Amino acid sequence: MVAGSRLQATRERSAWQHLDSAQLVVMGAAAALVVAAMTWLAANGGVDDLEPAIIFGVLIALGELFRMNMPGGREVAPISRAGALAYGMLLSVGGDPVAHSPFQVVAVTACGMVAGTLPHVAVNRSPRIDAMARRLVAAAVVAILFRPLADVLFTGEPLTRHQWWTALGLMTAISMAAALADMTVAALIRSEAVRARFGIAFLDEFRASALLCAASSATGMLIAVATSVMGLAALLLFTAPILTTQFAFRRYAAVRTTYLQTVRALSRVTEVGGYVETGHSLRVSRLSVAMGRELGMAEAELLELEYAALMHDIGQLSLPDPIPGGATVLAAPEDQCRIADLGAAVIEQTGVLDMVARIVRAQCDPYRDASGKPGPPLASRIIKAANAYDDLMGDSRDRDRGAAVLDRLRADSAYQYDPAVVEALARVLDRRVLR
Amino acid sequence: MPVAGLPLAAWTYVGTVVALSATLMATASYADVEWTKLAAMAVLFLVCDSVPALLSVERARVSLSFSACLASVVLLGPAGAGLVGACALFTWQRVALVKRVYNGAQFALCGFVAGLIFDALNPDLAAAPEEQILPFAVALLAYVTCNLALVWGILLLSKSATVRELRAETRLLAPGLLGYGSFGLLIAGIYGTIGAFSAVLVLLPLLVARWAFAQTLAQQRAHEATLATLCQAVETKDYYTRGHSERVSRGSVMIAEEIGMGRARVEAIRFAGMLHDVGKLGVPTKVLQKEGPLTEEEFAAIQLHPMRGLEIIREIGFLDEALTGIMHHHEKLNGRGYPMGLAGDEIPEFARIIGVADAFDAMTSTRSYRPARSVAEGVAELERCSGVDFDPEMVAAFLRALDKVGWVSPDQVVAPAEAQTTRQDHDDPSTPIRVSGEGAW
Repeated sequence: MVAGSRLQATRERSAWQHLDSAQLVVMGAAAALVVAAMTWLAANGGVDDLEPAIIFGVLIALGELFRMNMPGGREVAPISRAGALAYGMLLSVGGDPVAHSPFQVVAVTACGMVAGTLPHVAVNRSPRIDAMARRLVAAAVVAILFRPLADVLFTGEPLTRHQWWTALGLMTAISMAAALADMTVAALIRSEAVRARFGIAFLDEFRASALLCAASSATGMLIAVATSVMGLAALLLFTAPILTTQFAFRRYAAVRTTYLQTVRALSRVTEVGGYVETGHSLRVSRLSVAMGRELGMAEAELLELEYAALMHDIGQLSLPDPIPGGATVLAAPEDQCRIADLGAAVIEQTGVLDMVARIVRAQCDPYRDASGKPGPPLASRIIKAANAYDDLMGDSRDRDRGAAVLDRLRADSAYQYDPAVVEALARVLDRRVLR
Repeated sequence: MPVAGLPLAAWTYVGTVVALSATLMATASYADVEWTKLAAMAVLFLVCDSVPALLSVERARVSLSFSACLASVVLLGPAGAGLVGACALFTWQRVALVKRVYNGAQFALCGFVAGLIFDALNPDLAAAPEEQILPFAVALLAYVTCNLALVWGILLLSKSATVRELRAETRLLAPGLLGYGSFGLLIAGIYGTIGAFSAVLVLLPLLVARWAFAQTLAQQRAHEATLATLCQAVETKDYYTRGHSERVSRGSVMIAEEIGMGRARVEAIRFAGMLHDVGKLGVPTKVLQKEGPLTEEEFAAIQLHPMRGLEIIREIGFLDEALTGIMHHHEKLNGRGYPMGLAGDEIPEFARIIGVADAFDAMTSTRSYRPARSVAEGVAELERCSGVDFDPEMVAAFLRALDKVGWVSPDQVVAPAEAQTTRQDHDDPSTPIRVSGEGAW
């Protein structure tokens, strides 16, 4: 745990140091919103309807306190999101009209977020400002779109069933629009940070957060309706569904993380056994994932690629003794293929990683053979090139040697290596030198 | 629930419940029931019933339709709630006819009883929802109790479950039933305002949660399968140690459960047992295969394996306590173990547990230099070393667990000629590794 969190901390810090322009824009927008909201509050002479403001602020703060990290390093806070949406879409409190402006929604959300973040800061968990900024902007979008409508929808009389359905339709449309905007921004940030194409990044974001967004939007609407009709006491009761969702997702995220950690750790048994050089599996997997991204693979495929790259040498465990030197690219081709087959056989036994086994099995297949049958999967071609590069380079960082190795792979790329994959490797390496 | 060949008592029981429920439903007054609400709740019940169950154990499934049942208790009163429960007759799940009829009858009965209780405690229908919480809680409790009692009744009478199994399943099911039932109050609470949309808003997050639960389960299984497979891959170095990790894992869990460890810690020790020997891969094959005494250097390589294991799995976050267990599983109570020579209580609890299971499995498995010992011989050896090498408390717990659940020894095998075997087993306390120039360890 200690080692794990430290690892995470370094990763977060490095993310901090390279803030991308999309991140800066979102943070700037959030800061501008907060400044505008505070100015408005000062001009207005304080908060309208203090009690609901405090209660929703507390709900948002609690949501921030229990935020969590989803696969792919995405920070989410479903309860906070639901609370902010509900406050933005509130029509009344138990039938008494509310008159808060969109600026007040922004101010209350921002205060709740800061309050919920303080405990995290106190235990030295650095806040993810970009994720918080995105949540604030999403809440602001909903508030700006819905607050003017609230005055039209609620005129002091209880709403009829039909008016409610109209209101619900508007709420659904607006929260969906906000969710899509949020995903777009997230995809922009991600595509810049990990150098993925925007379209692919957007689909990844959609897959990763659509369900959770739907759940928190539904709860936000539920809280808005329940509080409007029954007053603030209903608010606590109606957060129960999102609590269940949050609990379920927290466990899901934990298991996913553990799984990846286990595969990462156990891929090192080949190193401890002296079969491969120290750090080889990890380096090959990092390089492979970067190349896969360069070649436009989606997140699910990248995960399979990462698993396969980590375990690509696992077949060596079935050999009585390590191959001298350990570098498989220098071993006889029959040996390479035998290791790939043995490794795939081991992975197949899990019964759950069939695709990974296929990738590992095909990793020694040449890109093109004389018979013209369909070549190995892209992931296998990537691992083949990354593995060869790492075998020839070791942990050396010498640029000239790197260029020579790359030339060697290029020379072989008509037959052994996929030229597109080798070029992706070249681009990834180029960027590394620049950094 | 097996259908054919139900005992007579079970048939009588089914008949009684169905007759009782039919009589109640036939004589109830339907004057107050709002038919549009009833139709909405019935549709909700059937729709929820068709989505995968939220919670599934061997003999029962809890689906979101439970929320619909409880919502109808509030919205429709006893007669209406009974009718919604009776919709279980028309479930889309593939269920035998007897079971269908019985389920319909028992849900109707539960709905009717809970409805009566709710009405008795909450005469004012227009009360604010927070005032309805207490009556609803009582009605919910009655519904769940009634439901479990009726289902367990038929399972016991048809002899398809024992009391012990049912008690364990109740512990699993009851929180789920209470939880999903209580969402019924939320649906009912704003049904008057926005109609059927309330069900969508309440149930959508729950469906998403269900998806996450299912994913969690799938990932957990995948994780376990991967872990087990990789451990097996490590074991291929020695034909005779195949399955050793799995058995040590099982033995450690037996001890942990016997001494009353919490669920999370039992999970951790299961993985620790599985992974306790991964570091052995760092021991050169020629050392493991060497015949006769080892040099000090070679023995040092063996002694280092817990540390190598630690090196590998240090980064797996969930294994906090398991790490120390793996690192110290060869420490002895008298301080003569390795790698650090800890003694007595200095040795972490996990390590003391794994040490016992590890030694026992090594003794009861075949080795290249001797056949497997019987379980009785293994027990005798454990008792002999108890207090010297092993923690007596853990040995005693292991022996108690052994009495209860037994031990599956590996098959008595002779390795095929081409298989890799080793001559040195570091786990076997009855045949200590000999190091040249020293006495036995």
